[in-house]
Amino acid sequence: MGTLLDWSLLSATLWKVAPLLLAALAGALCARVGIFNVALEGMMLIGAFTAILGNDLFGNVALAVLFACFCVGLVSLLFAYLTIGLQANAIVVGMAINFLANGLTAFLLYAIFGVKGQYRDSTMSGLPQWHIPVIQDIPVVGELLSGHTPLVYLAFVLVAVLQFVLFRTVIGFRLLAVGENPAAAKSLGLKIRGYQYGAVVFGGVLCGLAGAQLSLGQVTLFTENMTAGRGFIALVATMLGQSNPLGVMASSLLFGFLDTVSTRLQGSSIPTHFTMMFPYVMTIVVMLFFKDKTYLRQSGRLDGK
Amino acid sequence: MLLQMEGITKRYGSLIANDRVDFSLQEGEVHALVGENGAGKSTLMRILYGEEQPSEGRIIVGGRERVFATPSDAIAAGIGMVHQHFMLFPSFTVAENIVIGREPKAGVKFDRKAAAEHVKTLSEKFGMPVDPWAKVADCPVGVQQRIEILKVLNQGAKIIILDEPTGALTPLEVEWLLKAIKRLAKQGISFILISHKLNEVLGSADRITVLRDGKVIGSVKASDTDAAALSRMMVGRELAKFERKPVVPGEAILTVDNVTVLGDRGTKPLLDRVSLTVRAGEIVGIAGVSGNGQSELLQVVSGLRRVHSGKVTLGGKDVTGLSAGEFRRAGLAHIPEDRYLWGSAKEESVADNAIMGHLASLSKGGILRKRLIREKVARWIDAFRVKTGSLETKAKHLSGGNMQKLIVAREMAHGTPFVIAAEPTRGVDIGAMETIHEALLKRRDEGGAILLVSSELSEILKLSDRILVLYEGRVAGELSAGDATEEKISFLMAGGSGNETH
Repeated sequence: MGTLLDWSLLSATLWKVAPLLLAALAGALCARVGIFNVALEGMMLIGAFTAILGNDLFGNVALAVLFACFCVGLVSLLFAYLTIGLQANAIVVGMAINFLANGLTAFLLYAIFGVKGQYRDSTMSGLPQWHIPVIQDIPVVGELLSGHTPLVYLAFVLVAVLQFVLFRTVIGFRLLAVGENPAAAKSLGLKIRGYQYGAVVFGGVLCGLAGAQLSLGQVTLFTENMTAGRGFIALVATMLGQSNPLGVMASSLLFGFLDTVSTRLQGSSIPTHFTMMFPYVMTIVVMLFFKDKTYLRQSGRLDGK
Repeated sequence: MLLQMEGITKRYGSLIANDRVDFSLQEGEVHALVGENGAGKSTLMRILYGEEQPSEGRIIVGGRERVFATPSDAIAAGIGMVHQHFMLFPSFTVAENIVIGREPKAGVKFDRKAAAEHVKTLSEKFGMPVDPWAKVADCPVGVQQRIEILKVLNQGAKIIILDEPTGALTPLEVEWLLKAIKRLAKQGISFILISHKLNEVLGSADRITVLRDGKVIGSVKASDTDAAALSRMMVGRELAKFERKPVVPGEAILTVDNVTVLGDRGTKPLLDRVSLTVRAGEIVGIAGVSGNGQSELLQVVSGLRRVHSGKVTLGGKDVTGLSAGEFRRAGLAHIPEDRYLWGSAKEESVADNAIMGHLASLSKGGILRKRLIREKVARWIDAFRVKTGSLETKAKHLSGGNMQKLIVAREMAHGTPFVIAAEPTRGVDIGAMETIHEALLKRRDEGGAILLVSSELSEILKLSDRILVLYEGRVAGELSAGDATEEKISFLMAGGSGNETH
């Protein structure tokens, strides 16, 4: 137990949190235009698979990531068309996409790579790890902040960017307006569907990045259902963070940390199944607190930001 | 002439909503548009605001013929609309709500400070005070409406359409609004005022146009007409002479004895030792400024809220603490305060809404008897002249007045000895009001006990045999129909004590 808490735990949290954070930001963006995106899980899984596929096709990591973003972007366009264009129930469509993603990736895994369960190619290179000059030499900080993949850094940069765009710019203001009262936004002549499509598709791109970080980040392989519920935890992080980028970052860090701790605990005498339950149990506990907050928000007592 | 609508006709299939309607507006004029529910006022205004396209006819603004394909086109031509249900963003600030769509920018940034200053200047220019940094959710309804009007003015509107603007306002807010309209008209803004309330229309409009069944019945100067003439034009017949037959009240049906309801956090009581009796063959009216315990009283006598102390009996049975279902079985019918929140399911059909609470008599062994239901509901719809496409029409497509008539029909059909009528005619036109009042009086004459709660003093005075005034959760005084005047009631409503009225 002595090794349970050290600096590498926090460092591990950072890379564990990146996919979660990217997906949660996608969820937050969708929530802000009034769409409850439960398809984060499936989109992330498709992102993970297409990143590996792209890597195999192009032999280039950057192109692989772009390919993943493109493919998930297409899937999110389908989600957007069904929920916005055809006004289908977002939860039903989202769950359908999650199951579709699960089956489709397993099928394609066999159809393209001829394997079941897991695909890994040892000649394939994963995402590079950036060692930031000066910072990597500072004792603790270096270990913590340096040596991550570009996507980890990008996730945190996006938090700042989204925070700025949503709450400081005109386009962000209008996007918030669309989510807050679509009827009123429409009566002002705002193109509400444009904002909704934009948010969902950009969210899809973020899920593509999240998937790429999963399959090309710490490891370079694809496993069936490798997201393992991270999309749903991201959804909880979205809600807990009040769909506010900074809040979403905080809640994602919390979940990422819990996930890391649970991995660490696997080395201890506590049964593995119990430690694996840990993040999910915490999710439920956290939801209990969250429930109260939404009530406050609905009554207009809590600042929506 | 600033605006002319000529020969506007709008057809929905075989239904004609507007039939060769002419309408005009001069600069600085307040032109009221009145008519019953479904007379075609809203359709005409939706056409003017670009939300609907006319089947025939043309719109001329400032001498040029225009076609409005979307509201944005109408806004660009200087037409603004304040909807009956406000189109605001509750969690945004006042300034944000007013400048949206025309935000001041600093680069890509939304310059909120400039927005607030702009709103401040605007509100001073038009004499409509608002706090730019306040959150809309925290603003009272009257202020929210001011925000709507400022928003429309900020869009550069020269013509403002106000759809039922006074429906949700308190009497003081109404007075303020009507003055503000007149002042703005002097500054050159023209208004189209859609309203049911003839006294407000007569007091604030220059000209009044009456629509009935999609046609213009007449266009008159406000100074040349009166409420009686207008209602004749609207309804198309003389309103029945209103008479309240003397009825000797019978035994007590509902008694509320010393009931106290505490606030959620043990704050001061919402109802404080309230006692009242409603006897067979009388209508007891409850007056008061809203928020003085009327809602809580209604919930107590319908079994929707627990009392902390005191006793409620209904039809001789002690019903204190029982469920709403048991209240109903003890002989209660309830026309609820908010027809959408408590009284109907908007997404369901007219027929399904009509049979709510009647399932026992309309089903057999758990199976609905469809034919019986159709016959019954059709009879109620006939009796109350509910305008609906069919029994399968979704309730949300009914106008407010017609929905209200349907609810009244449904509740009256129970034939219970006790009826709660809460705001029975809110937002309802004169014809529907007459129908509903007649139904309530008929029940009274037949020996029914009715508890009437209304924010319209005229309604209370017209129907009640006895009037109780609630003030801060207490009965501030009781007046008999003979004694009651608007002044006396207002005095009690404002917290004066019953003894000082003489």
